[in-house]
Amino acid sequence: MARRLSDLTPGERGRVVSLGGDPDAARRLMDLGLIRGTAVEVIRRAPLGDPLEVRLRGFMLTLRQAEAEHIAIEE
Amino acid sequence: MSTAQLGTPSPPPSPAATQRGEGALPAATTRGGASAPLRVALIGNPNTGKSTLFNALTGMRQKVGNYSGVTVDRVEGRYRSASGRSVVVLDLPGAYSLSASSPDEEIALGVLTGQAAGVAPPDVVVVVVDAQNLERNLFLASQVLELGHPVVIALNQVDAAAAAGLHIDHVELTLELGVPVVPTVATKREGLNVLQRAIEQAPELPLPERGFVLPAEAASALVPVEARLTAAGLHPSAAAMEALRLLAVGLEGGHLQRVTGLADEVQRASAALEAAGLHPRSLEAELRYGWIAQVVERTTQRRGAHGKTLTDRVDAVVLHRVWGPLLFLALMALVFQAIFSWAEPLMALIEGGFSSLGQALAAVLPAGDLRSLLVDGVIAGVGSVLVFLPQIAILFLFLGFLEDSGYMARAAFIMDRFMRIVGLHGRSFIPLLSGYACAVPGIMATRTIENPKDRLATIMVLPLMSCSARIPVYTLLIGTFIPPLAVAGIFDLQGVTLLAMYLLGTVTALAVAALFKKTLLRGRARPMIMELPPYRVPSLRGLALSVSHRASLFLRKAGTIILAASIVLWALATYPKSEPSPTLSEEAAQEQQLERSALGRMGQVIEPLVRPLGYDWKIGVSIVSSFAAREVFVSTMGTIYGVGAADEGSTALREKLRGERDPATGSLVYTPLLAVGLMVFYVYALMCMSTVAVVVRETGGGKTGLKWATFQMAYMLALAYGAALLVYQGGRLLGLG
Repeated sequence: MARRLSDLTPGERGRVVSLGGDPDAARRLMDLGLIRGTAVEVIRRAPLGDPLEVRLRGFMLTLRQAEAEHIAIEE
Repeated sequence: MSTAQLGTPSPPPSPAATQRGEGALPAATTRGGASAPLRVALIGNPNTGKSTLFNALTGMRQKVGNYSGVTVDRVEGRYRSASGRSVVVLDLPGAYSLSASSPDEEIALGVLTGQAAGVAPPDVVVVVVDAQNLERNLFLASQVLELGHPVVIALNQVDAAAAAGLHIDHVELTLELGVPVVPTVATKREGLNVLQRAIEQAPELPLPERGFVLPAEAASALVPVEARLTAAGLHPSAAAMEALRLLAVGLEGGHLQRVTGLADEVQRASAALEAAGLHPRSLEAELRYGWIAQVVERTTQRRGAHGKTLTDRVDAVVLHRVWGPLLFLALMALVFQAIFSWAEPLMALIEGGFSSLGQALAAVLPAGDLRSLLVDGVIAGVGSVLVFLPQIAILFLFLGFLEDSGYMARAAFIMDRFMRIVGLHGRSFIPLLSGYACAVPGIMATRTIENPKDRLATIMVLPLMSCSARIPVYTLLIGTFIPPLAVAGIFDLQGVTLLAMYLLGTVTALAVAALFKKTLLRGRARPMIMELPPYRVPSLRGLALSVSHRASLFLRKAGTIILAASIVLWALATYPKSEPSPTLSEEAAQEQQLERSALGRMGQVIEPLVRPLGYDWKIGVSIVSSFAAREVFVSTMGTIYGVGAADEGSTALREKLRGERDPATGSLVYTPLLAVGLMVFYVYALMCMSTVAVVVRETGGGKTGLKWATFQMAYMLALAYGAALLVYQGGRLLGLG
C-alpha cells in the first residue's frame, strides 16, 4: 500500500509516486525537483509538530503536513 | 536607464525590443553602438551567492529603487570592463523558476521577457548557479536558456562544492548547455575577470537552444500555442518555453493575458496531452529534470562518502524540539533589546543634535514666522524622520544577519505552526515582533513575506503592537493617575496597567489579522514550501549594503511625506496668529496662541465628538497634534496647560492634570477611568505619520497604497474610539468613574 509523505517518521526514505492537492503547491514542489521518482527523506518535524523538513536532491525543504498528505510515497 | 528614473514609472519598452528574431544582429550593436552600456541581468536561485557576486562585480556603486507597482527592490549597479566597456547590472530577485508564483518571480520573468514596465530587456543574462546544488539550480537555468537571450552561467561556490566532494567539469557543462560556464567564488572574488570577459563576448555567440526534445504528441499539441505567442511578438524559442510553462501554471494573472485566444489554445493543448496519456501539469518539470539528470551525470563527479555536513550538525541543535525554541526566544530577546535600548542613545543624540541646531538657528535668526518655520517646522520635522534611523539600521542589521546566515528560514520553520493559528505564515512573526519597538522598520521588514495577502494582513495589524513612541503617553498617564498599589502581593498596579496595554495591543493585532485573513484578504492557503539553506557566514559588506539600502529607501520616500506633513502641522498650530497681551508670561502666551490657532480650533470643533469619551477640547487638541507622532501628545499637553516644554516625567504637568477642573461643572476633568480610556485610545489609534507614509509605500504606493493606508487609519480609529468609549462609559455605569 502506498504511503503518504506525511506518514513517514524522521529518518525514513522513499520515492515519490504522485503529487496531488493544491495545484500551486504541487507546481512549486515540482519546480524544486520533487517529481515522480524523486528520492526523499524526512529529516525532522518542527518543534510544534508541523511543518516537516525533508531532504531531496541534496538540499533541505520544508512543507506543511497538509501539503505532505498529498504526496504518495513508495519504499 | 538614468538613475533618476528609478522607482517611477517610465515608458514601457517598445514591443520591437521583445522580438529579437533569429538572425538579428547581436544586441550590443543594435542598441546604439559600442558606447552604449551593456545591460546585464543577474538571476539565480535564492541563497546561491547571487547578491555577493553582484556586490563583487559592481562594488559599492549601486542604486536601489522599486519596480513600478510592486514592492520588490530593484537593485542596479555598474562596472567598467577591462576593455573599457560600461556595463549596467540589474540584480533580479531570487527565483527558483520562472513559474511566477511570487511577486519576486513575476518580476524576474517580466524583466527577462521584456514585459516589466520601465525596464529594457537585458543584452546578456547571467544565471548564477550554486555548484553545491547543480540539479535544482539548473532548472531555472534551463528555462532561461530558452528565452532568446545570450546567457552566461556563473558556476558559483565551486570551492564549497569541492570541499563537499563535488567536482563539476565546467568545460563539459559548457558543451552540454551551449553557453559559457565560468566557475566563480564570489566571496573570494575568484573568477570575476573571466566572468566579465564572458559577459562582454556573449552577444557575439549563437543563442542557446532547448537541450531536450518534447514527446511527439506534446510537440504537436503545443504548435498552436507557440504560434499565438510568436504572433504576439515573442522570440520563437521563448514562445516554446512559455508554451510548456503555461501547461503547468495556466494564464491566471500572468503577463501573457493580453495575448488573444491564448487561454483556449492552452486548454486545447492540455486536453490533447491528457488524451495522449501525458500529464500536462508535470510535463515541464519532468522533462527538464530528466534532461538535467543526464547533464549532471555527464559533468559531475562525487568523491568520498558524504557524511553529516556542518549544517546538519548545527540544525540538530537549532531545530531541536527543546533547544530550538529556547534559542529562538533568546535571539528574539536580543533583537528586541537591541532595537529597543541600543538605539536609544543614538536616538537621543539625534534628537539632541536637532534641538541644539534649532536653538542655534533661533539665536541667530530674528524672531518671526521664518524662524518659527525653520526651527519648529523644518528642523523639528526632519529630526522626527531621522530619529527612526537608528532603529531601522539596527533592525535591518540583525535581520540581514539572520537572513544571510540562513537562520531566518529556520525561525519561520519554528514559528509557522504558531502563526498559522491566526492564518499567517511563520515569516510574519519577526516583523510583528519588531513592531514593539517601532512599526516603521517592522513594516519594511514584511518584504520577506512571499504571499502578498499575508504580507498585507501583517502590515495592516502591525501598528497595533505597542511601539516605543507610546511609552511617553503611557508613562505620563500611568504615573499621574494610576496609584502604585500592590497587586497580589508582588506586582505593582502601575506595572500591571502597562503590561495590560501591551497585551491588549498584541491580542488585538493577532485577532484582527485572523479576521482580515478570513474576510478581506481571504485566499487559498499558500503553501509553506521553503528551502532551509546551508548556514553561511554573512559578509560585512553585504550587511552594510542592505542596511544602507533600507535607510535610503526610508529617507527618500517616507522622508519627503513626513517633512511635508510636519510643515502642515506647524502651520496649523501657528496660524492664525493671536496678539498676546504683554502682561502674559511666555507659557501663557504659548497656551493662548495654540488655543486660538487652526489646530486649537480643530480641537474645539471635535470636542462634541470626544465628549462621550470624557475628553475636553484640550485633550482633543493634543490628540489631533499627536497625529505627527504619538509622543507629541505629551509636549502639546505641556503647552496647552501652560507649563511650557514638558516631558512625560514633568511634575508640573502632572500636578496641573490632577487639579484640572471642568469650567462648567467644577468637577475634576481627569479620573483614573478617563486615563485608562485614553491609554486604550492610544493602544489602537494610528497616530504616526511616519507609519502612514511607510504603509502607503509598502502597500503598492500611489492610489493603491493610499487606499490601504486610509483603510488602516479608519479601522484603527474606529477601534480606538469604540474601545475608549466602552471603557469610559462602561466604567461609569459600573460606578468606577
